Amino acid sequence: IRLSAPAAIQVTVRDALNQALDEELERDERVFLLGEEVAQYDGAYKISRGLWKKYGDKRVIDTPISEMGFTGIAVGAAMAGLRPVCEFMTFNFSMQAIDQVINSAAKTCYMSAGSIAVPIVFRGPNGASAGVAAQHSQCFAAWYGHCPGLKVVSPWSSEDAKGLLKASIRDDNPVVMLENELLYGVPFEMSEQAQSKDFIVPIGKAKIERQGTHVTLVSHSRPVGHCLEAAAVLAKEGVECEVINLRTIRPMDIETVEASVVKTNHLVTVEGGWPQFGVGAEICARIMEGSAFNYLDAPAVRVTGADVPMPYAKILEDNCIPQVKDIIFAVKKALNI
Amino acid sequence: MVASRNYADFASEATFEIKKCDLHRLEEGPSTTAVMTREEGLHYYKTMQTIRRMELKSDQLYKQKIIRGFCHLYDGQEACCVGIEAAIKPTDHVITAYRAHGFTYARGVPVREILAELTGRKGGCVKGKGGSMHMYTKNFYGGNGIVGAQVPLGAGIALACKYFGKNEICLTLYGDGAANQGQIFETYNMAALWKLPCIFICENNRYGMGTSVERAAASTDYYRRGDFIPGFRVDGMDILCVREAAKFAADYCRSGKGPIVMELQTYRYHGHSMSDPGISYRTREEIQEVRSKSDPITLLKDRMVNNNLASIEELKEIDVAVRKEIEEAAQFATTDPEPPLEELGNHIYFNEPPFEVRGPNQWIRYKSVS
Repeated sequence: IRLSAPAAIQVTVRDALNQALDEELERDERVFLLGEEVAQYDGAYKISRGLWKKYGDKRVIDTPISEMGFTGIAVGAAMAGLRPVCEFMTFNFSMQAIDQVINSAAKTCYMSAGSIAVPIVFRGPNGASAGVAAQHSQCFAAWYGHCPGLKVVSPWSSEDAKGLLKASIRDDNPVVMLENELLYGVPFEMSEQAQSKDFIVPIGKAKIERQGTHVTLVSHSRPVGHCLEAAAVLAKEGVECEVINLRTIRPMDIETVEASVVKTNHLVTVEGGWPQFGVGAEICARIMEGSAFNYLDAPAVRVTGADVPMPYAKILEDNCIPQVKDIIFAVKKALNI
Repeated sequence: MVASRNYADFASEATFEIKKCDLHRLEEGPSTTAVMTREEGLHYYKTMQTIRRMELKSDQLYKQKIIRGFCHLYDGQEACCVGIEAAIKPTDHVITAYRAHGFTYARGVPVREILAELTGRKGGCVKGKGGSMHMYTKNFYGGNGIVGAQVPLGAGIALACKYFGKNEICLTLYGDGAANQGQIFETYNMAALWKLPCIFICENNRYGMGTSVERAAASTDYYRRGDFIPGFRVDGMDILCVREAAKFAADYCRSGKGPIVMELQTYRYHGHSMSDPGISYRTREEIQEVRSKSDPITLLKDRMVNNNLASIEELKEIDVAVRKEIEEAAQFATTDPEPPLEELGNHIYFNEPPFEVRGPNQWIRYKSVS
């Protein structure tokens, strides 16, 4: 007799991404992966483990350390009809190539009045890791989320990771997928449906991870987990948080946030990136502009990374990223309790 | 037609001695003789003359403020794009930088659509969305505004050519100014490593904006800058030199040997763009000297007349026809309506269901259709 959910299994984010790549490489021969160490090293973070062995040099390509060059090559390949997945070892290195992402990839469909498509995925770990210091810890959600012509996704769970990567590869537009290195090893339950080869998480739709009535917590990527932890603690005090996992930064599903705020009358945004011009700032601005404003009983509160370059020492680093206690504090401020 | 001579009076073709190319890591270079038929000659002449007059018309329209923004003209360099096009197939791929009107025409976009794009009208080849630096057509990827960025793109197109295995190649053009961009060296490395069927073509017109090659480059032998990639240097003012060179380079790439670098020594009569008179960093005498001794259209005309491939009258008739075509195109470009406001939101994404795009404030929204 089976008492648990039918055939749900624990899958790490890493394995979910690996499955997505494997399935999409198999499904469409125009799909290929390039980046540093993606082939023979099995991926700097082992996301592409086994793929080079299975698909060979044509489909999984190791590049020299030349971000601007190989990103441009990937974009050109997409313009000519291939479907590249371009890996940045971390998104910090994408800054070297950002001109190709924005000026060559994002804008070309518009400039060409729709005659040239750029079906490319840029993916890799984004944001803070652990002890990697200032140059390796930046969050690029706001930077890429700023630009029309791009789609930007930010998975949290394994289901998010697999479904969004598959959706991104099948999308005919340039998609930036912001993964999180600290999540790679974390297992999540994946339903039978999510294990299917055609499982897609639609781009542009947020997910309500937890229903609540007193306050709306909106987040993306790893902080979604912190929000759920905070919600569990707050529930014991009688505060029920609705936790929204944005999943997509651009186009942002503000409608789901609005509907939630109309219900709860309180809003707290949580992100790992810096506060100025961040994802939370955008959410607050849009809530102000929309139907939900009149339902707010208090100003929205943002929880973000500290407004400094990331320091190295653990005690400093720990206090630069939003922790569960910061989220709880913010909720209580919003609710004035 | 008032040609005073019957076409049967002309030779059907002639053979020309052309300049030998300087070689880098090559045992032999392009042929030093070129055969040109009468039909080819007339076609090259008409095409180059059309580009010349189109660019001069653009100059005029710009000064009348009917063309706005950036306008980088190609007059003087016509032999490059026409010679290249003569050597390759329509199924080959071309990408260049912002001085792109000549290639846009050579790759098949009609003059009226080029001029209407410059004047920002809905009949422009990209509906007025791109402008001077962003014109595209089949197997022509622009028109790119960021100096040097088109070079990795071109190598990527070449990668796709190799991937699909249809024996196509990509010609990737850049200027003497762009030749110092780091991403070009990154691209050389990967193109050579992966044997991409990419012809890197440096259109060396001696000046990167206002900076002469001597002031910008420690080595002005642009055909050698690919180091481990073979290269050669070509007289870019002689259309037959360009054609033979491009044929040689195309054969090289198609044979699977990998990339090759081709430097075209050419010249632009206009300044860098319409806002540059082009005389603060070079002399009027220099410009005049090139015009009188090396003009690509004059060179071709002299060759044809002196070798009995065409008469002066016949070529004059072509001039008249070209002028008429340009006038009509300009008429279209100045009377066609601007794109409708609705166009503002379109083509953000490809193959996407319609959605809304925000305007200057939250109440102004535009529909975005793919």
